Amino acid sequence: MYDIIVIGAGVTGTCTAREFSKYQVNMCVIDKGDDVASGTSKANSGIIHAGYDCTPGSLMAKLNVRGNELMYQLSEELDFPTKMNGSLIVCTVEAERGKLDQLLAQGEANGVPGCRIVEKEELLAMEPNLTPNAVAALYAPTGGIICPFNLAIAMGENAAVNGCEFKFETEVQDIVKKDGYFEIVTNKGTFETKAVVNAAGVYADKMHNMVSEKKMKIVARKGEYLLMDKELGNYFSATVFPLPGKMGKGVLTAPTIHGNLFVGPSATDIEDKEGVNTTQEIIDDLVNKASNSHLTKDRLPMNKVITSFAGLRAHEENHEFIVEEVADAPGFFDAAGIESPGLSSSPAIAEMIVGLIEDKHNFPKNENFIATRKGITHMEDLTIEEKNEMIKKDPRYGAIVCRCEMVTEGELVDAINRPLGARSLDGLKRRTRQGMGRCQAGFCTPRAMEILSRELGIPMTEITKKGEGSNMLVGKIKED
Amino acid sequence: MKSYDVIIVGGGPAGLAAAIAAKKEGIDSILIIERDNQLGGILNQCIHNGFGLHTFKEELTGPEYAARFIDQAAELNIEYKLHTMVCDISKEKVVMVMNREEGMVLYQAKAVVLAMGCRERPRGALNIPGYRPAGIYSAGTAQRLVNMEGFMPGKKVVILGSGDIGLIMARRMTFEGAEVQVVAEVMPYSGGLKRNIVQCLDDYGIPLKLSHTVIDIEGKDRLTGVVIAEVGPDRKPIPGTEVHYDCYPLLLSCGMLPENELSKQAQVELSPITSGPIVDESLETNIEGVFACGNVLHVHDLVDYVSEEAGIAGKNAALYVKERYGKDSVKSEDVIKINAVQGARYTVPSSIHLENMADMLTVRFRVGAVFKNSYISVYFNDERVQHRKKQVMAPGEMEQIILKKKALEEFEGLETITVKIEEE
Amino acid sequence: MEKRELTCIGCPLGCQVTVTMDNGEILDVTGNTCPRGDKYAREEVTNPTRVVTSIVRVNGGNLAAVSVKTQSVIPKDKIFETLEEIKPVIVDAPVKIGDVIVPNVAGTGVDIIATKNIVAV
Repeated sequence: MYDIIVIGAGVTGTCTAREFSKYQVNMCVIDKGDDVASGTSKANSGIIHAGYDCTPGSLMAKLNVRGNELMYQLSEELDFPTKMNGSLIVCTVEAERGKLDQLLAQGEANGVPGCRIVEKEELLAMEPNLTPNAVAALYAPTGGIICPFNLAIAMGENAAVNGCEFKFETEVQDIVKKDGYFEIVTNKGTFETKAVVNAAGVYADKMHNMVSEKKMKIVARKGEYLLMDKELGNYFSATVFPLPGKMGKGVLTAPTIHGNLFVGPSATDIEDKEGVNTTQEIIDDLVNKASNSHLTKDRLPMNKVITSFAGLRAHEENHEFIVEEVADAPGFFDAAGIESPGLSSSPAIAEMIVGLIEDKHNFPKNENFIATRKGITHMEDLTIEEKNEMIKKDPRYGAIVCRCEMVTEGELVDAINRPLGARSLDGLKRRTRQGMGRCQAGFCTPRAMEILSRELGIPMTEITKKGEGSNMLVGKIKED
Repeated sequence: MKSYDVIIVGGGPAGLAAAIAAKKEGIDSILIIERDNQLGGILNQCIHNGFGLHTFKEELTGPEYAARFIDQAAELNIEYKLHTMVCDISKEKVVMVMNREEGMVLYQAKAVVLAMGCRERPRGALNIPGYRPAGIYSAGTAQRLVNMEGFMPGKKVVILGSGDIGLIMARRMTFEGAEVQVVAEVMPYSGGLKRNIVQCLDDYGIPLKLSHTVIDIEGKDRLTGVVIAEVGPDRKPIPGTEVHYDCYPLLLSCGMLPENELSKQAQVELSPITSGPIVDESLETNIEGVFACGNVLHVHDLVDYVSEEAGIAGKNAALYVKERYGKDSVKSEDVIKINAVQGARYTVPSSIHLENMADMLTVRFRVGAVFKNSYISVYFNDERVQHRKKQVMAPGEMEQIILKKKALEEFEGLETITVKIEEE
Repeated sequence: MEKRELTCIGCPLGCQVTVTMDNGEILDVTGNTCPRGDKYAREEVTNPTRVVTSIVRVNGGNLAAVSVKTQSVIPKDKIFETLEEIKPVIVDAPVKIGDVIVPNVAGTGVDIIATKNIVAV
C-alpha cells in the first residue's frame, strides 16, 4: 500500500513528487508515457509567466505569482536553466492602448513585481527588431524562459533520489474507491494507495470522473509552433506577446532557453487527446504571421525554420486551476485544468497540494531529504580548462556525437545512467539536446542508437523513439 | 601552440584531394582533421558505383574511390587525426579541436581549407504537417544504417524528394527486399541525376511522381502511413488528389545544405544562394588564407568534380603559404565580377583576380529551372563571347563554363563576366 | 518500325537516345553525343547489363557489412538471382578491396568482389 500515488509525470506531477519527498512517504508516480513530461508538459512555449495575465483574486493569479518566485529559486537548487528575460506585451494599435493599462492594473493587483508601461521609443531601444507599428508595451521584468522537460526531469530525479518510485508506460484503466484507500488499476497491475494526486493533464477529467459524481471536462486545446535556427536566437531578448485574445495569450515570437526563436502557439480545441499532429492550415497561418512581420521588424526567413511541433493545453471551461480534494472522494486530490500559466505555477501547485494532504495525514519530515541535484554537465557550457578536466576524467566527454548542438558521448552516457535515465531516443534528446539542432538528428541517430543499445544492454532493434511501439528498426539486413 | 602550414577541416573526398594537392605543391606541414573514425567521409556509405569516371576513367564504388585517395594520402605521409571535432576556427586561423585522447587543443594554421561537406534537409525544415512518429529518416541516415551498420529501417518504403541519395536508396532498399512504393517530388522536375532515375527507379518499376508531396504523416508512436497529393504551380496541394500509402519508413531526400557553422565562426562571408562561402578564382574566401571546396562550398552531384575543385583549393592554399603568407599580401582590388543572371542561379567562383588566375578556370553553376534546347552564354562586359547549345539543363545537374586567362587578358577594360541562359 | 527512347547512362550527361528498330534489327541510333551512347543504346535494347552493388554480412569486423559489387556487368535479368545468392553469405574479417566474395555469381561467369577494406576487431 502506497501513501500516495501521483498520476502523471508532467511538471505538476514531478513537482508534487519532489515536494512530497520532503516527508517520509511511500510514494509512486505513474505515467502512461515512457518518460517524464511526455504529455501536456512536453510541448509548450516554455515561459515563466510573470502573472499579470490572470484574473485578480483567482487561484491562477495566486499560484502563478508564487510559482514564478519559486521557479527561480528551484532553478538554483536543482540545476535546471531559467532566464529572467522579461516579457513584453506589445500594443500595435493606438486605439487598443487601454488594454495595456488593464493588464498593468491586473499585474499590480496580482502582486507582480516591477510591471510598467514602456513607450515606443524606449521599447524600440529595448527590442530594436520589434515592429515599427508598436505603440507601447507592458513590460514585466520577472517573466522568464525555461525548458519544461528540464524542470520535470530535475524534479523527478530529485524525487527519485529521495525515495519516490516511478512507473512508466503504466496506464490507468480504472480507479476504485475502497474503504479509506484506492485501487489504481493499470495495464501493469493494480496498486493500492491511501491518497491520489490527479495530475493527468488532458486526462485529468477521465481520472476525476472515475471517482466523482460531479463530472469534470477537460478540453485539449492544441497549440502549434514553428521553431527557428539559433541564428535567430538573439532576434528578441524578451518574450514578445501580442495583446491577449479570447483563446489565450496569442501568437508570440520569443527566444527559447536553448537559444532558438519560436513563433506560436496557435489555439484550436480538438477531440483527440493524443492529437499532437501539426496541420497544413495552422503551419501556413504561422508562416504567414512570421513572414508578414506579425511582431517583428523583418519578415522572418522561412528557410530558418528547423521544425514545427504541436502540444496540447489541458483547458477547463472556467479557465481556472482546480487544486482541491474531491468532495465525494476523500483522499483523491485534483490538480486539474493546469493550462497556461500551469508550467509557471507548477511549483506552487505542488506546494499547495502537498499542504492539503499534509494537513490531513501529518507525515513526518524526511530528515534525510537531499535538497539539491546536479544536472547533466553540458560540455558546451564549460571553459576550455573545465572541458579538459572532464575529458581527462572521462575521455567520452571528448567524443562529440551531435555536432549541431555539440553533445558528447559522455553526456549521453550520463543521461542514460542517472536516476530516471533516458530509455529512448526522445529521452536522450530531451535530456541532452542531442539531435535537436539544425540537422534534426540526421547524422547522430545511428550513433545515439548504438550508445543506447550498449548502455541499456538491449539489441539495436529494440531501440525506440519514444517507448513501446515506436521501434526504429525492423531487423537486420539479409534476414526475412 | 602547435602550428601547421595547412589545416584541412574534413577528411572526406574534398579534404583528401586538397591535402594531396597541397603536398604535391611542396607543403609538408599538413593536418587533416576528421570527426569520423575513418577517412573517406560520406563515400564510405555510398556503396553504389558511378564514381571516378572523370578522375580514374573507370567506374568505382564510393568506398573504392575513397580508398584510392586514402592510399595516396598515406603514400605521401599526410598527417591526419580521426574522431576529432573542430570546435572553432578564428579568422586568425587558430583551429580549436577536441578528441578523447588530447581533450581541447589549439593549432595555428597558415592556411585553412574548409572541406566539411553538407547535411541533408530534415523533415522539420520541410514543414510537413502531421505526427512525429518513429520511422522518418533522411535518406542518408537510412543509407548509413543499411550499408554500414547492417540494419533495416523498414520494408514498405515511401520516399519524398528525388535527390540522388533518395534515388540510390530506392534501389538499395529494393535490393534488401523492401517494397519501394513511390518517390514523390514536389518540383515538376527531379532533383537527381538522370542516370539515377533510369538505373534506380525505371529499372525496378518504381514510380516517380513529379509535382507531388507528402501532406500528412500518420501514426502517433510509429509511422503507419502518409498521404501524398499533387501540387499546383504554387506548390500547394490540389484538393481531391490525395492518395494514402501505408508505409514504414518514410525516407527524405529533399536537398542538401552546406555545413558552414565553422565558416561563420571564422567570419567567412556566405552566399545566400549556395549557403556556401563566396570565393574567388583561387577558391579563397573573404578571409585571407581560408579556402573552401567540395560540398561545403556548393553542393555537387559528382564526386569527381569535388576532387578536382578540392585539388585547386589545396594547391592555392599551398601557394598562399609559399608566396603570400606573412606579407602585406592583400589581393589587388582589381576584381572581375562573375554575375549569374537569367536562369543561372550562381557561379563558383564569383570573382577573378586576373593575376592569380590559372591558364584555364572552370566556373561551375546551376540553373534555376529546366531549359530545353537553350544556350549557355558568357558575356565579357556587354559582348557575348561564348554561346553553347545544350539539349537539356536541369537544376539537379551542375553546369560549367571554361574561361581562358588569355581571353580575359586580351579583352580590354573587362569588368564583369556574365553567365546566362538564352533561348537562341 | 519501332522507336525506343532511352536515357544514356554512360556518363552524367544523360543523353536522350532514340533507337529505331525493325523486327529486332537496329536501323538507327540518334541523340547520343559520343560513341559510348551509341554502344549503350544498342546493348540496352538487345542485351541490357548492369553492375550490381550490394552488401554482404561480415563476422568480427569493424563494420557489420562489407560493400560488394559484380566485378563487371551482368545481364540485367540476373540481378535478383545475384542478390538471392549473396543473401546468405557471411564472410570473416579481415576483408580487402578486390577479395572475391562469391565466384561466378548466378552462373554469369562474373565474381562478386569486396569494395571496402574491413579490419578484424
